[in-house]
Amino acid sequence: MSNTRTSESVPDVLFKLNAVGVQFGLVHALVDCTLSIGHGERLALVGANGSGKSTLLRHLHGLLPASSGQMLQPVPARQAMLFQRPYMLRTSVQNNVAIGLWLGGMRWRAAREQALAALERVGLAALAERSGKTLSGGQQQRLALARAWALKPQVLLLDEPTASLDPAAKREVESLMGEFADSGMTLIFSSHNLGQVKRLASRVIYLEHGHVLADAPVKSFFGEALPPAAAQFLKGELG
Amino acid sequence: MNTFQDSVVTAFSLITSFDPLLVSIVLRSLAVSASACALACSVGLLLGAWLGVARFAGRGVVLACLNTALALPSVVVGLVIYLLLSRTGPLGFLGWLFSFKAMVLAQAVLVLPVVTALVRQSIEDADRLHGEQLQSLGAGIGWRGMILLWDERYSLMTVLIAAFGRAISEVGAVMVVGGNIDGFTRVMTTAIALETSKGDLPLALALGVLLLLVVLLLNVLISLIRRWREAREERGVWQADGTTDAVIVKAGAR
Repeated sequence: MSNTRTSESVPDVLFKLNAVGVQFGLVHALVDCTLSIGHGERLALVGANGSGKSTLLRHLHGLLPASSGQMLQPVPARQAMLFQRPYMLRTSVQNNVAIGLWLGGMRWRAAREQALAALERVGLAALAERSGKTLSGGQQQRLALARAWALKPQVLLLDEPTASLDPAAKREVESLMGEFADSGMTLIFSSHNLGQVKRLASRVIYLEHGHVLADAPVKSFFGEALPPAAAQFLKGELG
Repeated sequence: MNTFQDSVVTAFSLITSFDPLLVSIVLRSLAVSASACALACSVGLLLGAWLGVARFAGRGVVLACLNTALALPSVVVGLVIYLLLSRTGPLGFLGWLFSFKAMVLAQAVLVLPVVTALVRQSIEDADRLHGEQLQSLGAGIGWRGMILLWDERYSLMTVLIAAFGRAISEVGAVMVVGGNIDGFTRVMTTAIALETSKGDLPLALALGVLLLLVVLLLNVLISLIRRWREAREERGVWQADGTTDAVIVKAGAR
């Protein structure tokens, strides 16, 4: 395994996974995963479909329990997660953002006001009264980013956030991700787009069949000798 | 003209002349079934939503029992309610037997599994697709169920039709607990059974036609409401009535 960045070298650890395994019936989605993620990192998870990227994200977010091993969070951090296809409630754009704040305990009126500020942040304030369901894919993903940003998370997890978007929408979402990361937010995202990984990530983890096969800073990942499977994946994706 | 043609002609003349006997039976039927549906929905929507999102030991057994209850024979429901409400039964002190209330209760019991099972399936499907995202926003089981119930409201209108259809078309339960008393507990289905046995086919046929018309009108109405709301959403119109605001403010009392 290419571990140029070891667990010990990660500063301000937010997540520490010790031999974590996640199993669905007979399928081992994540196997013996040991890694640390520090505050302010921009971590990209890459790998083929079914490699365990989404499972790892969902486990980090607390949506999936470990079947074996354990995850430690030395300092509890507020989290938000963005999904590949964000769920739009059958209500206005503004309400779609406010609902997250309201579920967090905020009064509804205050939540709506804060939602408007979040929509301004992602450039959707003009569409606040529109139905969330009628937005385009890119707009829906920006709305989901606003919904996540409004929660003021310290860690933002994103599961292939630009997978089904056109190039313009991809650029918009990427630019927002970059801005959020610049503000000090820890970014953990999965992606098949290696160009995006190069642009946004500071560290890359390569997964295959649930195993972490490579874990390196982004420059090393694209520059140095990788395990054969990771190198082949990289070649295929770049080719 | 044969008997059938005679009956059809007489039935339509009864309908078009708003025969007072016919009208009173139809109105009583509508009142009983609408009340039973309202009662069953107020419990069944919440119970179905909860069963759709909750995971607990023995859930499979509960769902198997619920699905079995879909096939409850209406006369059996009538018999059980009769025993409960009879003078010597545990609810005999209410004095509801052979009354409007007894018929509402019997139909509500009959319809409750229908509402619960259909809502459960719909919410469970929605939860499989979107539950994690709501969980990620901090929604526990209760709020997840309520939010999905609200969000699936147009699909769930079909449940209302199914429930109302089951209530208004059943005969066994209301016959047993209502007693088919003229001018008091006689509804469309019990009247059809009685008039047919007496040989008064035109009145029975007129009631049958009206029974179908009522369900048809309800279908059309719900379909129109659903299309109107969906068309508004597709045009991007949302805010006009602020219903979500009202529901959330009331639900959360925050």
